[in-house]
Amino acid sequence: MCAISSSRNLSEAYGQAEYVRKTYRNSFSDQIVADIYGNAEQITKHVLTNKGRHRIGFDQIIDNLVTSKWFGYPLMILLLVGVFWITIEGANIPSGLLASVLFAFQDQLTLWFQWLGAPDWVHGVLVLGVYRTLAWVVAVMLPPMAIFFPLFTLLEDSGYLPRIAFNLDHIFKKAKACGKQSLTMCMGFGCNAAGVTSCRIIDSPRERLIAILTNNFVPCNGRFPTLIAITSIFIGGAIASYSGIINALVISGIILLGIAVTLTVSWLLSMTILKGEPSSLVLELPSYRRPKIGAVIYRSVIDRTLFVLRRAIIIAAPAGAVIWILANVYIGELSILSTVAHALNPLGKLIGLDGFILMAFILGLPANEIVLPILIMSYLSTGSLQDFSSLEELRNVLVSNGWTWLTAVNVMLFSLLHWPCATTLLTTYKETGSKKWAFLSFLIPTLIGFSACFILTQVVRLFGLA
Amino acid sequence: MILSAEKKSLLWQNYFGVPIRNDQLSIALAGNPNVGKSTIFNALTGLHQHTGNWPGKTVNNAHGSYQYQKKPFLIVDLPGTYSLLAHTVEEQIARDFLCFANPDVTVVVLDATSLERNLNLALQVFEITPKVIVCLNLMDEAKKKNLVIDVPSLERELGVPVVATAARQGKGLAELREKILQVATGLLQPTPRQIKYSSDVESALKELLPLVENITNNSLSPRWIALRLLDGDQNFLESLSNYLDIDQVSFQDWEESKCAQ
Repeated sequence: MCAISSSRNLSEAYGQAEYVRKTYRNSFSDQIVADIYGNAEQITKHVLTNKGRHRIGFDQIIDNLVTSKWFGYPLMILLLVGVFWITIEGANIPSGLLASVLFAFQDQLTLWFQWLGAPDWVHGVLVLGVYRTLAWVVAVMLPPMAIFFPLFTLLEDSGYLPRIAFNLDHIFKKAKACGKQSLTMCMGFGCNAAGVTSCRIIDSPRERLIAILTNNFVPCNGRFPTLIAITSIFIGGAIASYSGIINALVISGIILLGIAVTLTVSWLLSMTILKGEPSSLVLELPSYRRPKIGAVIYRSVIDRTLFVLRRAIIIAAPAGAVIWILANVYIGELSILSTVAHALNPLGKLIGLDGFILMAFILGLPANEIVLPILIMSYLSTGSLQDFSSLEELRNVLVSNGWTWLTAVNVMLFSLLHWPCATTLLTTYKETGSKKWAFLSFLIPTLIGFSACFILTQVVRLFGLA
Repeated sequence: MILSAEKKSLLWQNYFGVPIRNDQLSIALAGNPNVGKSTIFNALTGLHQHTGNWPGKTVNNAHGSYQYQKKPFLIVDLPGTYSLLAHTVEEQIARDFLCFANPDVTVVVLDATSLERNLNLALQVFEITPKVIVCLNLMDEAKKKNLVIDVPSLERELGVPVVATAARQGKGLAELREKILQVATGLLQPTPRQIKYSSDVESALKELLPLVENITNNSLSPRWIALRLLDGDQNFLESLSNYLDIDQVSFQDWEESKCAQ
């Protein structure tokens, strides 16, 4: 009885507190925190003498700049553009070099196969299928990764990434999501499956689900090379003199678009099926450190570049064989590949792509890394052009298959916004423990990808721009 | 409210997943993340420790035991937190433990290299329980950074024992054990400094205090409850009424006997 009365007292006191809170205008919770800090500051002043202030002051100055209201965002975007500019400019030459070496070796392989007297289909599957796909994956993906990952690791190591999370926190608050989501997005740049797993750091189940469902909107490094390759062959290449900068701007724009979509979808989710208020983020900004060169190289080359490349190769090799077979087994007049592509063509055209592109994205479900190689393979296996050695010729392949700047933009858009890869879907299923959420993580991006491309294409066509 | 030993062990087991023997003196170890809390925990308990999760939470829970001066101690390593205002699950666990488990002594571990930030947590703990020891850890690193902390005057400012340690080197741990014993057995009775709030908050507190005073029969500082009411901290109120319910069910006979008095 005593206890019952005490819980009645509690609700009574709560009502009174509501009333008191309304009569005072400022927020008590802020004032209470401010007072606690004030007390701590006072005590510290009495007991602490600091004999070497300047070191801490230096960190403080950088922090004030990096996390400031006015310079924080421009600085972030500038860094983003800078990183991509270095990546794209730097990757151009080694990419071309690798391509010419690897494709020269393909001719050598062909000679060996002829010398051995291997049947045509063996040569087709192994050389034109497996080897050529692998050569493409390596030539297109390795150089950008080998430059981008060390740069990214450098930012991570220096302590800049937590500042990004700090800067972005209040935007995420506005989207009613958790600031930690920006950290899971950073992981997503590496790999969306890893990004989804990293959502465990978010405590609130609601916010964790939001972060999981939207992680796919940051391009993982399976899609980066695709984006980079397409900008550098198609968009920047069209405007010769400033191509490096233009490419970097385009890629940065794509990423910013991805972030904008993430925020919008997060907000929509919290307004509809995942209603609730955002929780706070406590983030300790570590002091800036000089990055350890050895660790940066190890982490970026072994942990990231080689890991991703290995995964791409493991999936691309059989995919290459399958595609060659599909392209060379005929049903009536057309190969299986062309039959499927023709079937998909109307849908593809509707959203500014074509049947082959759509099919490449579908076949790329196991790993996004192989979308572009599949696409090139399928164009080459049906077109007349069988041999090429530079990225410039790749551009010709695409143009001869009816690509315009609109197609290139749509491919990039679709690459950014389409369904996640199979690994990510599986991870989502494991993390959420529910088929419903896994399916939703497939459905949301797919719908957005299709509608974004559709709207853009129709608008551009309406104005007769392409 | 002073819980009898059996009631306490029941509460600890059911609510916090920590089994405590009747004769054990209990210690809670609080502190910010990365202040060497675990180092101190390991140094005190050696290998006598158990790890698991807090009931129903995905946060690690570690507790261990040791003997000092023939007295058995049970020490609970709370999750590292920056405050007790319960913005995160960790903070909620630490706060609930300090508020409701009523440990015999709470050791707040502070990072001497960033005293000001760390003091925020200590000041909040002071509002909940007077049986506090401040352990000023990482003194070696503070020295490297040319920071000089006047420990005796910090002790005077805070009103609780302050033990300077460098746990990784094992420095100051003997004194820490001794101080823990003294406070846990009541030989030493700290009078921790209370936070002075600005006039608005203080006058609002005055309005609320009379209503709050008899809610928990003084097991919890009424001032703390009033502050959380002013915060509008729903989460704490849930924990509190939850705890009052547990109180009601498992300690009903005890409550009734108290009401009868």
